[in-house]
Amino acid sequence: MSAPAEKARPPAPAAESHSKLEVRDVHKSFGPKVVLDGISFSVAEGESLVILGPSGTGKSVLLKHLIGLLEPDSGTVLVDGQDFWALDAVEQGQVRKKFGMSFQEGALFDSMSVFDNVAFPLRRSGRKPSEVRERVKECLDIVHLPDVSEKRPSELSGGMRRRVGFARAIAHQPEILLFDEPNTGLDPIMTEIIDEVILEMRERLEATIVTITHHVASAQKIGDRVALLFGGKILYDAPPEEFLRAKDPAVRQFVEGNAQGPLTVEDERLSRNRVKEGA
Amino acid sequence: MRFFEAIGQTILRIFEEFGRFFQMLGRMAAWMVRPPYDLPELLRQMVRVGFDSIPVVLLTTLFTGMVLALQTFNGFARFHAENLVGSVVALSLTRELAPVLVALMVTGRVGSAMAAELGSMRVTEQIDALTALGTEPVQYLIVPRVVAAILMMPLLVIIGDVVGMYGGYLVAVQLLGANPVSYVDNSFQFLHVKEDVVSGLIKAACFGLIFAMTACVRGYYTTGGAEGVGRSTTRAVVSGSLSVLVADFFLTKLLY
Repeated sequence: MSAPAEKARPPAPAAESHSKLEVRDVHKSFGPKVVLDGISFSVAEGESLVILGPSGTGKSVLLKHLIGLLEPDSGTVLVDGQDFWALDAVEQGQVRKKFGMSFQEGALFDSMSVFDNVAFPLRRSGRKPSEVRERVKECLDIVHLPDVSEKRPSELSGGMRRRVGFARAIAHQPEILLFDEPNTGLDPIMTEIIDEVILEMRERLEATIVTITHHVASAQKIGDRVALLFGGKILYDAPPEEFLRAKDPAVRQFVEGNAQGPLTVEDERLSRNRVKEGA
Repeated sequence: MRFFEAIGQTILRIFEEFGRFFQMLGRMAAWMVRPPYDLPELLRQMVRVGFDSIPVVLLTTLFTGMVLALQTFNGFARFHAENLVGSVVALSLTRELAPVLVALMVTGRVGSAMAAELGSMRVTEQIDALTALGTEPVQYLIVPRVVAAILMMPLLVIIGDVVGMYGGYLVAVQLLGANPVSYVDNSFQFLHVKEDVVSGLIKAACFGLIFAMTACVRGYYTTGGAEGVGRSTTRAVVSGSLSVLVADFFLTKLLY
């Protein structure tokens, strides 16, 4: 397939030699529902890309494609220039270790303490107990949760669980960090704290970051580039200042939070089609 | 039309289940031999499948042995063959009843727990988190559970064989007044260790593989939140138990 039809400007062209992460013409459907419709973009080493989009547009599905939790129906995902799905299962495991992923609700192992959660990737890679202890403490300090290591995930608040999820994601010093809606469902203060923690982690790890969210203010703060995902495609992709000033009607609707606009019309059309298909 | 559609869907679902089972079996076999070997997790699962199931196995097989002695004594007395009760109890238990009943009880107790645990890990993205951390979930979650079931089931059946035969002895000797010495003699007179006991233990190991794989596959592919976890748990017990009973026939035929 050729490059996806963009309404505004095409996504930044893939800079082959510097791309840490590249997605080329990825399609994904679940039954009759098309979630990703020929999506392409790349993220340079050390860059922070934020993907915005209304709920239910397939942001999490896209993020899961980046780390190989979902396999595209067609298209390729390249990590450091390597086609992920051309690798065998053991090599895929090695590539995944370059990533640290924070899940929407933390996805902490509920049968383990916070300490064991953060220690998990370290122990699996055979680190010594003393090293593990030291690194876990360091990671919990980075996310500003120094005193929770003996607690169970069920004893923590939503914001704390996410931050423990961050600590677990950075424990093995990954090169790429993925954040799945890091501040959804949190109060404004916690949202701010989470943004600060992400910025701090970025500074310390010098990692490449991809975040998906629907918080425009967070996107502006943590992203070098902001992209709008809708209808299985990237509709707009630009640095935050340019993104916020964009005249594109879809971007304007999302940034201003209008109920009426191209995103709503498109959404209603998709819903109608779904009803027809189901009938 | 709806009727044929429903039949078609059911057939497709059955094939899908079979496909998943054998696909997972292949993945499990491949990951079982690759390091790292998680011995502490295997031991933990062995305790859960084996040691923790001992009380259930004791009660089940004790009463089965007792009922078996009571029923056969009553029947055999009609043609003066009471002296064969010990043999019947020993053969029935070792060849058939202990492996099957232990498998059914352990499926209910452990299979349901395995499906619920993996199912809730799936719906809360914990399995995705494992993969994201570079740990293969099949190796970390499924291999130790299935291997523990394969190893522990024969041991549970050995306990079941002994306790069941003791139950038969209790009823025959204490309740029905059989001669203890001749009862014990008779119990072992026709019992061949290799043919009877070992065939029962082979069956037990196969049942362990079947129920644990069924439960793990059900849990691993759970969808649909808390309701989905409940559905997976129920299906794990129902299809695990049915698979044990169906496999029992074919294994018996094979080991006959």
